[in-house]
Amino acid sequence: MIEVKNIAKSFNGVPVLKNIDVLFEKGKTNLIIGQSGSGKTVLLKSIVGLHDIEQGKVIFDGTVFNELNFKDKKEMRKQIGMLFQGGALFDSATVEENVMYPLNMFTELTHSEKRDRANECLKRVNIINANQLYPAEISGGMKKRVAIARAIALNPKYLFCDEPNSGLDPQTAILIDDLIKEITVEYNMTTIVNTHDMNSVMEIGDKVVFIYKGAKWWEGTKDDIFDSENEELNNFIFASKLSQKIRDLKNGH
Amino acid sequence: MRLFYHIGKYFLLLFRVFAKPEKFKIYYRETIKEIEKLGLNSIWIVAVISVFMGAVITIQTAYNTDNPMYPKYLIGLTARDTLLLEFSSTIIALILAGKIGSNIASEIGTMRITEQIDALEIMGVNSASYLILPRIIASVIFTPFLTLMSMIIGIFGGWVAGVSTGVMTTQDYVYGIQYAFIPYYIVYALIKIAIFAFLITTISAYHGYYTSGGSLEVGKSSTKAVVHSSIFILLFNVILTQLLLS
Repeated sequence: MIEVKNIAKSFNGVPVLKNIDVLFEKGKTNLIIGQSGSGKTVLLKSIVGLHDIEQGKVIFDGTVFNELNFKDKKEMRKQIGMLFQGGALFDSATVEENVMYPLNMFTELTHSEKRDRANECLKRVNIINANQLYPAEISGGMKKRVAIARAIALNPKYLFCDEPNSGLDPQTAILIDDLIKEITVEYNMTTIVNTHDMNSVMEIGDKVVFIYKGAKWWEGTKDDIFDSENEELNNFIFASKLSQKIRDLKNGH
Repeated sequence: MRLFYHIGKYFLLLFRVFAKPEKFKIYYRETIKEIEKLGLNSIWIVAVISVFMGAVITIQTAYNTDNPMYPKYLIGLTARDTLLLEFSSTIIALILAGKIGSNIASEIGTMRITEQIDALEIMGVNSASYLILPRIIASVIFTPFLTLMSMIIGIFGGWVAGVSTGVMTTQDYVYGIQYAFIPYYIVYALIKIAIFAFLITTISAYHGYYTSGGSLEVGKSSTKAVVHSSIFILLFNVILTQLLLS
């Protein structure tokens, strides 16, 4: 469980996050949604400590993460896995070496044990026969899956995904969504996904938090969205003709 | 004020770089890789430049001392001292600032903008130390060998040019390079290049590490790395010469 209490962040005096309070639950896929530039990525990066917050607390299962010293923060981060927008795989390492990297760095396993664990993770994300390829030689969807495999290599308690579907075709996007959902349940993690993909909201949104102009504007489940009377949320969710039709069908029109 | 901001930020980065490594074995492996990338891959450029510079110094000295009052062995002596005192340390450092400085800044800068550094941080790795320390160790260890190699090749280039153009004999040249030889000059050059290597690596890494934006900014960081490294090499050349030779 991750609790965000009253956090605020600004860049060059311009407020980007305004007093956000939210609870992300364990074993669930928690989604942060909002328009581009609304502050979603800053919120996600502030939670994991890549941005220093100006006020408030980020609490990981009772530990105030943002108040830890550098050394303790480093220890805590071993329990965190993160999937970045572009995958952030290490260019100079093969797929297998990328997944083995956290194992090399933080475990005392033998080389063959590390390889077995890496292969297990790669198999879990359906990457087969690509171990010796470099990130430049694989597709965008594969990069995301390898990044997920790397993120789960150390059995993390928390998983963060920054726009996991950006740049992917709808079919691959659904595969990635399903994978995130399955892994969250399998590893009983607290997962936070940052997205503006409505498919993801409808597929995996156990809890949805809508960020508007740096503030928390709405929160609920994916089913609550259809009944919401929040104007900004509705403008965002039902911006496309397809989603308008789905809403009309659901409402019996 | 901006200068002091950068100096402060640079030293804070160094403080993180020299933190205890997560795993010595991995840092050792990275250092070996960097020795190959930054050191071994620089051998050819250092060799080519040294041989030609040695040749040019010899020919220029020969034509500028073309006087019966000056003994011919002065050509060898001048070539040797020029190479030992300045060329094989300072000029080679300036060339390496261009070659390895831009490489370090662009490589680390690209890792920054593609979030690879964030990925390291999220895993709990001290990214500054992991990315920069092996590069510092590799360059500080290996550049003195490049300097020694440059001295030998430069002197050889001077001999080839001098003899083949007929401005002096082998005997004069060999006598000249042995005449009034001060071994401390080699120590002086090696100390200088080790310090220059530290400056090149850390300044370039600093620019790469704090790159923000896109590919355009990576290019800018790379340029800044070369320009600032070169300026600091020249500044420290004056300081070290005063300290070590006075």
